[in-house]
Amino acid sequence: MIDFLVLAAEEGAHGGSFSEGGFFADTAGIMLISPFVAFLLIIWLGKRMRNDGAEFAIGAMAVNLVWASVLFFQNMTEGIVREVHFEIANIGRFQGREMIFELGWMVDGLSIMMYFVVSFVGLLVFTYAVGYMHGDRRVPWFFAAFSLFAGSMLILVGAPNLIQLIIGWEGVGLASYLLIGFYWEDLENVKAGNKAFLTNKVADVGLILGAILVGMSIGDFSFPAISEAAAAHSEALGAVAFAGGLLLFFGAMGKSAQFPMHIWLPDAMAGPTPVSALMHAATMVTAGIYLMARTFPLYQAFAEENGIREWMIPIGVITLFAMGLLALVADDIKKVLAYSTVSQLGYMMTAVAAGGYTAGLFHLFTHAFFKALLFLGAGSVIHAVHSNNMSDMGGLRKDMPKTFWTFVIGSVSLAGIIPFAGFFSKDEILATLDYEGYVAYMWIAIAGAFVTAFYMTRAVALTFFGTYKGHGHPHESPAIMTTPLILLAIPSAIAGFLNIPGVKLGSFGNFTEWLGARIVPMGDHHPEAIDWTLAAYGLAAGLGGIAIGWLLYGRDAETQLARDRLEIPLLYPLLRRKYFIDDAALGLVGFTGGPLARATDWFNTYVLDNIVNGVAGAVRYAGRFVYGGLDQRGIDGIFNGLSAVADSAGSSLRKLQTGRVQQYATSVVIGALVLVVVVVILQ
Amino acid sequence: MLVNQFLVVAALLFSMGTYGLLVRRNTVMILLSVELMLNAVNINLIAFEAYLRTSEAIGQVFSIFVITIAAAEVGIGLAIVLMIFRNRQSANVDEYNLMKF
Repeated sequence: MIDFLVLAAEEGAHGGSFSEGGFFADTAGIMLISPFVAFLLIIWLGKRMRNDGAEFAIGAMAVNLVWASVLFFQNMTEGIVREVHFEIANIGRFQGREMIFELGWMVDGLSIMMYFVVSFVGLLVFTYAVGYMHGDRRVPWFFAAFSLFAGSMLILVGAPNLIQLIIGWEGVGLASYLLIGFYWEDLENVKAGNKAFLTNKVADVGLILGAILVGMSIGDFSFPAISEAAAAHSEALGAVAFAGGLLLFFGAMGKSAQFPMHIWLPDAMAGPTPVSALMHAATMVTAGIYLMARTFPLYQAFAEENGIREWMIPIGVITLFAMGLLALVADDIKKVLAYSTVSQLGYMMTAVAAGGYTAGLFHLFTHAFFKALLFLGAGSVIHAVHSNNMSDMGGLRKDMPKTFWTFVIGSVSLAGIIPFAGFFSKDEILATLDYEGYVAYMWIAIAGAFVTAFYMTRAVALTFFGTYKGHGHPHESPAIMTTPLILLAIPSAIAGFLNIPGVKLGSFGNFTEWLGARIVPMGDHHPEAIDWTLAAYGLAAGLGGIAIGWLLYGRDAETQLARDRLEIPLLYPLLRRKYFIDDAALGLVGFTGGPLARATDWFNTYVLDNIVNGVAGAVRYAGRFVYGGLDQRGIDGIFNGLSAVADSAGSSLRKLQTGRVQQYATSVVIGALVLVVVVVILQ
Repeated sequence: MLVNQFLVVAALLFSMGTYGLLVRRNTVMILLSVELMLNAVNINLIAFEAYLRTSEAIGQVFSIFVITIAAAEVGIGLAIVLMIFRNRQSANVDEYNLMKF
C-alpha cells in the first residue's frame, strides 16, 4: 500500500512537480490574519457602524475569497505546493533533533480547497446573517465571534504543523462555544454550549496525546516531515502509527461528531441559524475530516501492517447509517439537518478511513455547499414562521418560492440524484468502498443513501407542501438572505462535475489531481470512468427514498401530521430517544454528578482538605513559633534583657553620685591610701 | 639626716590638711585645708632640694609655681564660695548638693 504514494506521483498529470505559487501563495497568510483583524475592529468600532460591524467581517471574508479563488484557479492549472513558516520558539532537543515551534501557512491542494470552502461559504453566510440577525441582540458581538470562528478555522487548515493545528482547533472550539450559547439568557442554550465544548474537550485529549506521540516519534511536528517519514516508511513513525493514529482519530471523532461523540452536534442548533450553517458546512465539523486527510500518509503507509482501518471504518459506518435514521423522527427542521450532517460526516470519515482520500474530501467539498444552502434555507423558513418545528410549517412553496427552489436543489443534491453534486461525491465513496473490498460497508452506505433521500423528502414535504399549520402569514425573506441561497445553489448543483472520473478539466486533470498537490503527492484509486452499476445502486437508493417519502408525506396534505407517525414498535421510541446515547451520556454525567461526585466531594472535603489544612496548620504553627518563640522571646528577649541589665546597673550606680564633695574627696583619699599600701606591700 | 625632720613636719601638715578637707563643713576652712596640703608639698620640695643640692634649684622653682597656682586657686575658690553664699545664704558645704543625679 506504500506504493500508492509513489504511484500517484508517477501517474499524475503533473509528474510530481508543482509550482511554488507566486505572490498569492507567499501572502496567503493574509487569509489567516484578516478575520482576526476584523474581530478586533468589530469589537472596537462595531457598535458605531451602520450594520453593527458586519462590514468588517464581510470585508475580511471577501479579501479571503479573492486570495482563495486565485489560488484555487492557480492550483487547477499548475498545482501549488508551498509552505511558509516562521520560527517562534525552540522547544528543546529531543533525540538529537531540535524541536522548533513554528507558525505559518501551508498552501497546497488540500488547504487551498479548504481556504476556498471556508471563504466562499463564510462570505455568503456572513452576508445572509446581516439580514437574519437584523434587530437582534448583541449583533456586533455576534459578528465578532463569527469572525473568530472563521479565523480559527483558517488557522487550523493553514497549519503547517500539528501545534498550530491544535491552536486553531481550540480556537474553533472556543468560538463555537460562544456562538452556540449566543442566546445565553436561556439556560438550555448555555447547556448546549457546555455540552459541545465538553464533548470536544474529551476528544481534544486524544488529539493532543496523538500529536505528542506522532511528533515526538520523529522529532518534528510539521506535516511535511510526517508525510515524508510515512512515505519513507520510517520505523520510528511506524512504531506509533497505530496508537498515534487512533488518538488523532479520536480527536477527529469529537470535532467531526462521529458516533458516539455526535451528541453535541444536534444540541448545537441552539445557536443562531447562520452559526449552524457555517458550523456544519465549513468551519467546525470538517476539521476532523481535514485532520484525517492532512495526516493521511500516517494511516495509509502503515494500514497494511497495523490494520488501523478495521478500527476506524465501523465508527464511520455506524455514524452514517444510525444517525441518518434519527433524522426521520425529528420535528425540528434544524435537527433533521443536524442529524443529516452527522450522517454525511460518517460518509466522509468512512471514505477517508477506507483510504479514499479524494472521495472523502470531495464529499466534504460538495457537502459544504448544499448543507450551508439547506441550513440557510431552513433559517429563511424559520425567519418567516418564527418556529423551528415542521409541525408549524407546510405549504410554504407558494409564499417563499426562492427559498423553496433552492432548498429543493440542496435536498436532491444531498439525496444524491444525478446530475447534482451529491451524486458524484457519494458515488465516489461507494466506489472507494467497493475498490478497497469493504462490500458489506458499501451496502450499508447505499442503505444510508436511501435513508438520506427519505428524510430530506419528508423535510421538504412537511415544510413546503400541504397546508400551512402555523400562525400569521409568512413572507419571502429579503434579498440579502435569498441571494446567498441562490449563490450556494449553483455549486450545489454543479460542483460534482469537477470530479467526474476520467474527465479532465484542463491540463492538470480534475479535483483528484488538484487535491493531490501535496509535498508528498497524494492520490488514491481513481477509476477511469464511472462504474455505472454502482452508480445505479446509489441512484436507485436515492430515488427510492424520495418515492417512499413522497408517498408517505407528499400526496395528502391533510394527513401529513397523522402520517408523521412511523410508530413501529421498539424502533420508533428507540429513535425518538436517540438510541439512549444521550441518556447514557447524561446518565454517566448524572452518575458522576451523583454518587461519584459525592464520593469525590467527600474525598476532597475530608482527605484532601485535611491534608491541605494540616500542612497549613503546621506552617502556621511553625510561623507562630518563629515569630513568638524565636523572634519575640528569643532574639528580642536577648536585647531587651541586655538593655534591662544596663538600665538597672545604671540606676543603681548613679546613686554613687551624691553631689557631696567631701564624699568624693574621701573616696579619692581612700583610693590613694590603698594605692600607697599596695605599692608598699609590693616592694 | 636632717631631711627626716622636715619630712615628718610635712607629713603632719599634709595629714592635718587632709583631715580638715574631709571633716570641716565650712567651705572657707576647706580651702584653708587645701592650702595646708599644698604647703606641706612645698616643704617637701625645699627639703629634698636642700638635701640633694642640685645646681639648678628645681625644688625652689617648683615651690614658686605651687605658691602661684595656690594663690590663683584660692582666688577662684573664694570667688565661687562668695557667689554660692549669695544664693544660699550659707557656707556649709553639705548644702552644696546640686551636682548629683
